[in-house]
Amino acid sequence: MSQEMTLDPVQGQLDKSPAKGAPKKRSQWLEVWHRLKRDKMAMLGLFIITLVVLAAIFADLIADYETVVIAQNLADRLQGPSAQYWLGTDEFGRDIFARIIHGTRVSLMVGVLSVAIAIVMGGGLGAVAGYYGGKIDNVIMRVMDIFLAVPSILLAIAIVSALGANLMNLMLAIAISSVPTYARVVRASVLTIRDQEFIEAARAIGASDLRIIFRHIIPNCLSPVIVQGALGVAGAILSTAGLSFIGLGIQPPEPEWGAMLAGGRQYLRHAWHVTTFPGLTIMITILALNLLGDGLRDALDPRLKH
Amino acid sequence: MTEQANKQDLLSIEDLSIVYEVDGETTYAVNGLNISLKRGETLGLIGETGAGKTTTALGIMGLVPNPPGRIVSGKVVFDGEDLLQMPKEKMRGVRGNRISMIFQDPMTSLNPVMTVGEQIAEVILIHEGVSKKESCRKAGEMLEMVGIPAARAGDFPHQFSGGMKQRVVIAIALACNPDLLIADEPTTALDVTIQAQVLDLMKDLKSRYNTAMILITHDLGVVAQVCDKVAIMYAGEVVESGDIRDVYENTKHPYTRGLFGSIPDLDHSVGRLNPIKGMMPDPTDPPSGCKFHPRCPDATATCAASEPEPVLTETGHVARCLMLQSMVEQTDVNRVQG
Amino acid sequence: MSDTILEVRNLKKYFPTPKGTLHAVDGVNFAIKKGKTLGIVGESGCGKSTTGRVILRLLEATDGDILFEGQNIRHFNKDQMRRLREDMQIIFQDPFASLNPRMTASEIIGEPLLIHNKVKNKQELTARVAELMELVGLSPRLVNTYPHELDGGRRQRIGIARALALKPKFIICDEPVSALDVSIQAQILNLMQDLQEQLGLTYIFITHDLSVVKHFSDEIAVMYLGQLIEKAPARDLFSNPTHPYTRALLSAIPSIHLDHKMEREVLQGEITSPINPAPGCRFAPRCKYAAPECTSREIHLNEINEGHFVACAMAGGDPLEIYEAILSRLH
Repeated sequence: MSQEMTLDPVQGQLDKSPAKGAPKKRSQWLEVWHRLKRDKMAMLGLFIITLVVLAAIFADLIADYETVVIAQNLADRLQGPSAQYWLGTDEFGRDIFARIIHGTRVSLMVGVLSVAIAIVMGGGLGAVAGYYGGKIDNVIMRVMDIFLAVPSILLAIAIVSALGANLMNLMLAIAISSVPTYARVVRASVLTIRDQEFIEAARAIGASDLRIIFRHIIPNCLSPVIVQGALGVAGAILSTAGLSFIGLGIQPPEPEWGAMLAGGRQYLRHAWHVTTFPGLTIMITILALNLLGDGLRDALDPRLKH
Repeated sequence: MTEQANKQDLLSIEDLSIVYEVDGETTYAVNGLNISLKRGETLGLIGETGAGKTTTALGIMGLVPNPPGRIVSGKVVFDGEDLLQMPKEKMRGVRGNRISMIFQDPMTSLNPVMTVGEQIAEVILIHEGVSKKESCRKAGEMLEMVGIPAARAGDFPHQFSGGMKQRVVIAIALACNPDLLIADEPTTALDVTIQAQVLDLMKDLKSRYNTAMILITHDLGVVAQVCDKVAIMYAGEVVESGDIRDVYENTKHPYTRGLFGSIPDLDHSVGRLNPIKGMMPDPTDPPSGCKFHPRCPDATATCAASEPEPVLTETGHVARCLMLQSMVEQTDVNRVQG
Repeated sequence: MSDTILEVRNLKKYFPTPKGTLHAVDGVNFAIKKGKTLGIVGESGCGKSTTGRVILRLLEATDGDILFEGQNIRHFNKDQMRRLREDMQIIFQDPFASLNPRMTASEIIGEPLLIHNKVKNKQELTARVAELMELVGLSPRLVNTYPHELDGGRRQRIGIARALALKPKFIICDEPVSALDVSIQAQILNLMQDLQEQLGLTYIFITHDLSVVKHFSDEIAVMYLGQLIEKAPARDLFSNPTHPYTRALLSAIPSIHLDHKMEREVLQGEITSPINPAPGCRFAPRCKYAAPECTSREIHLNEINEGHFVACAMAGGDPLEIYEAILSRLH
């Protein structure tokens, strides 16, 4: 606030300060970004994730899918890292570096899309449960409790086994198994926002339920969902790798980090690089997402503002 | 203030300045504050949000969060010793034992999983080194003193109402019979009839134990009921201070006059209130000269240019206003050295 | 009675709680004339805010009638209520909690206009919002600011502008200045007074601050545990408080006058919550004048002077005589 503001309106008089000086609408997300920028670990996470995203986008420029990524070359199988194969080759002589790069596509797609599906489904259910309360709340949340009682990876295994192992089903399975988490997060924040006076104020000016939910409640409960989402993508990538590792996820010869781990595990003794590099990739990506998620949580928390 | 006066004072704050530094922005919370208090006296510290009342209290207690807070200059002399120079270990012994503090919200200053008896006994145990049994007995006594039956010592905070909780908080604060009690808006969260009960209790306890008290509030009425001396704070400075009768009935500073004009008076009806125009200045960018000049009805060009010094108008009655300063200079009355 | 804008008859709002039924508002009656201000005072938990919300149907009444301009609005359907919202508005206590933190000042003020299709296009919306901001003394520079960037006084001005957007006739002010600093409080009170004169508004002014309510109201109603216990023109209530609770309440206000010596009637005990209340006077357990008849029957409001109503078994004639009678009975 500048000093001229202190000369402001009293007793209903008009403040004569110039309207053209009105600042542009400054998004609160910009403020969050400024706070996030100060968090070095979160920025490291963001940097790594940016690299992963770039790798996924430009994977075809780095290595050709047909000739390098899936074509077998048994003559060069299980070679260690070299100038030609930066991270060595696997049991079929394929370039591990190229496969990791192409594997980012699957991991990111499953990670982001399954979380998006889960947020829409879980968030919707949670918002309805929280806003209306009572019986609706009870029914929805008890069903969610049942889902939560089953370990999510088991639930995902069950869904994939029942529907068949392909990319779509994998995403669905991971999404469904994390729906209850988002339902709970959204419901909790809707419950606190629902009782705030500005909701009552909206009702007092005649706003409809839909308007209240979409205009007033949802924008105010995005922060915890974003944090949960960032951490959720990490979880989903890990689940994808896990499911692929036990053969329920992405099917060969398509490159996927978990499946690459599984393929290399028999050669662990004499070809360590086959499992080590995909494993490191998974670890670094998950770490980066978690760092970013933690940073976002701090940046979005208004209590830490001052 | 003469040397002699200083010696009698239980607490004497000299030129205290506290800033908060957040993201390279400096908030000037307390600027060159001077306050003194004798044993058994009650000082009302009045000011609006952001005037620096609570920061002053935290400064005395040595509890200014660092970072972002920093004490830039000044002395807090308590019973002859500068608390700001005191080693941390020793300060901990003073805090809670010789100086204690009551916070505004009784709901959050009690631990919900400890019985109120245990919470009072804990303070006694830490500071007086008595046996556990003895501390529990004394806790019961403290409860009785604030008007709660000792039998309720085994109850948890949630079993008490707001007014009762504030009584418990007062009992904790007084458990070690402190020389100085700092009460930060102790009745703001309470209803008016409960506030009357708590104020009566505090007045009674203070006179019984000869405790000096700083009562921080924005309520001029509460101060009129309880305090002997008053200091009006504005933008981190004391703009007027002195004996309560002098300040209330012979008001010198335009801000103090503005405060009185802002509250509806029960005894005299007015058609319209006479508020102070504008609002509190931004503490990161305080106005030049007198900090009140942008809102002051009597401000002149000089007020924006030079900073006023405290002017002694009567015995012990000090105001910080340039208009006053020039008047006093003409009549050649003593000036206080800031 | 054509100039009566709002009348409330036997209004009740009960909440079920695990411990029993909470009688938040229990049989409240009053009427307000157009252009006047009714102050409702009481301590926390007395049901004053609930009364305001029930009148606006932000909470559904358990029983009773709410007559607005002669129509009983208690059974209005959604469409009728929507139209009614243009006439009845509310200003909230907490100027922070009552503004959506993700909306700018102009979005907040413009929202009622959009909901009720009061503007045809964006230009008209901008113009109307600017007009409203001017009306409540907000600088046009602030159109794009968010509530957290503003101080309490400005936020409350936004809340007032939002309430005025639909040109209401009647506004419930629920502790509109309690969260504000003293000097800002006076600015807002003056603004509300000016608006009342300019626009011919009728106010219900809900507060716990007796000095503010005296300054602001034509008539004052005192509530205790869900019931109206005294109602009188502002001047009468302060010069001749009759109910023992009102007297205690008035004597508890800390006066700014150093020599002000009002005989203190410090109350014993604290307000309990009105869960399954016993019949009769709810103040009786804390009242030093309480007699058996206070709790043996329901106590209704009784007119002891013109326009001065009291719900006290002991009141009716000259209050002094009554108290003397009670005192003699006690000895």
